Amino acid sequence: MLAWAIYLSFAGALAEALLPKGRAALSRWLALAVAVAGLAVAVAGYWAGIGQGRVTIVDLAWVPSMGIHFLLAADGISRVLVLLTGIAAVAGVLFSWNIELRTNEFFAFFLALIGGVYGVFLSFDFFLLFVFYEIAIVPKYFLIAIWGSTRREYAAMKLAIYSFAGSAMVLIGLLAAYTTAGSHSTTLDALAHAGLPLSFQFWCFPLVFVGFAILAGMWPFHTWAPTGHVAAPTAASMLLAGVVMKLGAYGCLRVAIGLFPRGLDPWGFSLLGIASWRDVFALLAVIGIVYGALVALAQTDFKFVIGYSSVSHMGFVLLGLMTLNQIGMTGAVLQMFSHGIIAGLLFAIVGRIVYDRTHTRQFAELEKMHLAKRLPFAAWAFVVAGVASMGLPGFSGFVAELQVLVGAWQVNPWWVAAAGVGIVVGVAYTWRALQKAFFADVLPTPNEHPRTGWPKFEPITWPEVTGVALLGATSLIVGLWPSILLDTIEPAVKALLAGGVQ
Amino acid sequence: MSGLATGFPILTLLTVLPLAGAAVALCSGKHARGVALITTLASLALALVVWAEWTRFPVIGGYGFIEQHTWAPSLAIEYHLGVDGLSALMLVLSAIVTLMSVDAAHRVHHQPELYFGLVLVLESGLFGSFTALNFFHWFLFWELSLIPAFFLIKLWGGARRGPAATQFFVYTMAGSVALLVAFLAIFVATGSMDFGQLAFLASTGALEPMVTAHLGPVMLWLAIGVLAGFAVKVPMFPFHTWLPAAYAEAPSPVTMLLTGAMSKMGVYGLLRIAIPIFGHQISQIRTPLLVLAVATVVMGAWAAAAQKDLKRIFAYSSVNHLGYCLLAIFALAVPAAGTAAQTSQAMALNGVILQMFNHGITAAALFWFVAMMQQRTGGHRGIDQFGGLRKPAPVLTGLMGIALFSSLGLPGLNGFVGEFLIFRGVFSLAWVAATVSVLGLLVTATVILTVIQKVFWGPVANHCEGFPDLHHNERMALIPVIGLMFLVGLVPSLIVDSVNPTVLNLLAHWRF
Repeated sequence: MLAWAIYLSFAGALAEALLPKGRAALSRWLALAVAVAGLAVAVAGYWAGIGQGRVTIVDLAWVPSMGIHFLLAADGISRVLVLLTGIAAVAGVLFSWNIELRTNEFFAFFLALIGGVYGVFLSFDFFLLFVFYEIAIVPKYFLIAIWGSTRREYAAMKLAIYSFAGSAMVLIGLLAAYTTAGSHSTTLDALAHAGLPLSFQFWCFPLVFVGFAILAGMWPFHTWAPTGHVAAPTAASMLLAGVVMKLGAYGCLRVAIGLFPRGLDPWGFSLLGIASWRDVFALLAVIGIVYGALVALAQTDFKFVIGYSSVSHMGFVLLGLMTLNQIGMTGAVLQMFSHGIIAGLLFAIVGRIVYDRTHTRQFAELEKMHLAKRLPFAAWAFVVAGVASMGLPGFSGFVAELQVLVGAWQVNPWWVAAAGVGIVVGVAYTWRALQKAFFADVLPTPNEHPRTGWPKFEPITWPEVTGVALLGATSLIVGLWPSILLDTIEPAVKALLAGGVQ
Repeated sequence: MSGLATGFPILTLLTVLPLAGAAVALCSGKHARGVALITTLASLALALVVWAEWTRFPVIGGYGFIEQHTWAPSLAIEYHLGVDGLSALMLVLSAIVTLMSVDAAHRVHHQPELYFGLVLVLESGLFGSFTALNFFHWFLFWELSLIPAFFLIKLWGGARRGPAATQFFVYTMAGSVALLVAFLAIFVATGSMDFGQLAFLASTGALEPMVTAHLGPVMLWLAIGVLAGFAVKVPMFPFHTWLPAAYAEAPSPVTMLLTGAMSKMGVYGLLRIAIPIFGHQISQIRTPLLVLAVATVVMGAWAAAAQKDLKRIFAYSSVNHLGYCLLAIFALAVPAAGTAAQTSQAMALNGVILQMFNHGITAAALFWFVAMMQQRTGGHRGIDQFGGLRKPAPVLTGLMGIALFSSLGLPGLNGFVGEFLIFRGVFSLAWVAATVSVLGLLVTATVILTVIQKVFWGPVANHCEGFPDLHHNERMALIPVIGLMFLVGLVPSLIVDSVNPTVLNLLAHWRF
């Protein structure tokens, strides 16, 4: 059933591309209908999958001579991420309601990207997974280059180059694994059970892991992320931070760790206290958490704050993966979901609700605008999103980061201490952005005196309210009732851990 | 439902009621204050029911009205509520102070719906954190109360509200992260987040070996982290520096909430969480902690003496008054030897709980009077800007005088009993600390007398001529509060009798 999310999205993309120009309203509603249908499929698939392990959806021989299968399946991790994609897609369409330039093309690229993302999360054949992964990169480039803002060509090109470089590393690693395994099947299961030699895993694991982790924003390969997020149009930022970065993290989990679990074993020697790839990547994750937070604290552009905060929050995902224990990896998957929702909401507020009205994202100018009084909806939506992002209990981020930290504490308390610093800085940059953008008490300039009234902003529209409600409520529900996702994630992580990962 | 069925979930209702009231208030525009009044009155009624009835139903492990449900099993998160004499009294105090605060805030013209909505959310945070028995649940409400407090200062405060609100928020958040990290460590070592279970482990002496086995010798550091989190909230010297600015810049009705109820979250946390779980570690560092408590008492009083702004005087005086609670809590953290020491511990603890209640009522009342004086003089609150108020405003002088004497600790009024019991207990447990702290009592007395002398006596100051006395509604609102001061002062057994069984139960289970 979940496969229909993929087919519907691509069909929708095709239909959008074929729509006559100038029918903006029609293409909006069509995109919304497709996204909602995708979400409905995701919810139904999630519901049907409760209590079930991995379920194969489609298994067709695609290129029999090379053993390539069109193999779609879903386990708990896939179902959670498909659900995230469905929610992010609906919210993305809602926050793109005011796109007037080449509307149908915009939604065609948008839905193609969504279709590719669904495909990655459901593929259990590495060739198929790779195809969907590449499909997702191309629309990203066009979305930024055509509809973007600040330095869009530069950002789009940078994003594409980083993505393709990562893909190349992944491809080399997977082809090497396919050859080494000597099996005539490209399914993930076949490779995982091929018994790849330890020496091979030691060099192939980091290659594939870094290839994917580039897209997850791992320090020091994160620099595409802030520029890309800032340049992208709102819906694309939401998708980039919300789901595309998750593609990277998902690849790290499903492919790199799933296929080459022994690549994480100790090397047998220790360099400055680092004795395995696991230590290396955990260290990079922790650096990312702290560095992303510190850099976010120093930004003058509102959207860059959110961009760097994504680097910091994705650090928790990578750290959770490197714990290699039940609770830490469960936390990592939950953090993928949680950050997808919260980052989407933050980018929507900054990019759509605020920027499209103020036409500036500089704190120095926003400070003079009294946005708390003029755009109270944006201000209070950001309060909710901000406290969710800084990991206050009651929102999804708290439970996720809590699990990651618990998992990390079982492995190395120093990771927790460093990540704790990152959390404190996270509170600081979120609160700083909140105060500067919305609640700054700068006195009104003479021509903007409150008595004579400020120029009116365009009123808040229904898609914005709906989108904020959708994302905010999701984070709150998961925060208050984490079992709703954990019950699905935990068995899948357990199965993964039982499948070779120590 | 696991655990024991207690029937009607009255504690959940109590916590949800202000939230529902907040939702209604947010939609009711100018009538928001009415909604808030009705909600806080209903909450007070409910809190009184809890206080009066909690022992009528099955009491398990010292707690009544228990509600226990699984929530997120993989993190040992449970929905676990219950009250004992201590928390029931804090519920009543929170309800009274919130009602007073709403009552005092009849001049909020700017976005009243948001103002009263936030006040009610804050009340829910107080109720939630005073009834929670699981770390996650408690932390949720502990943090929940922080957000509305921040915005109440930030949006309705005085001239320098921005930095004051930020400082308040950052200090408390840093304390919260310290708490969180410490409890993560405890969870990693024990697999539990339940205060009761952890306290049991600590009382049998099993907790520290478990933590040491998992994480190395970090137990003392965890205790320090937890203490730091609470020390910021109370506050304890040297973590108090956010307080004068926050109390002075917040609108007075919000200051009433901050000092009357929120500061009690810190003391309550020490009694409910820090002492039961980290009692042994606290007794190890008892001497430095006592030094800090004495510093809080003495320097709070001294700082109050140096202030010219009434709100800052009462702010530092609050630091001083809560310092007595800290003094007693750390003083009683000794491995009890004989019956005499146990009696002293029981006295000190009874004193702490009484002092929490009394300070809440008295400090809130004092800030209420400051609010009235500000309204009448166009915002003045410097001690030198008033004079001779007893002529134009004899009723205000009389009632505020009673509140001031209550703060001073005059026998017959509520402030005396708590401080008396605290000193009575502490003198035999830590006589040096008690002796030095007497200095705080003396300085506080001079501060209060100076206020009385400068504000009420002498020639009538310029802008105090034609100072209107309390009108009928204000008198009616204040009389129950002043009456309560007399009631507790004259019949302290009203509270002591309901608290003492809890005190004995707590002391019997604490291990130092």
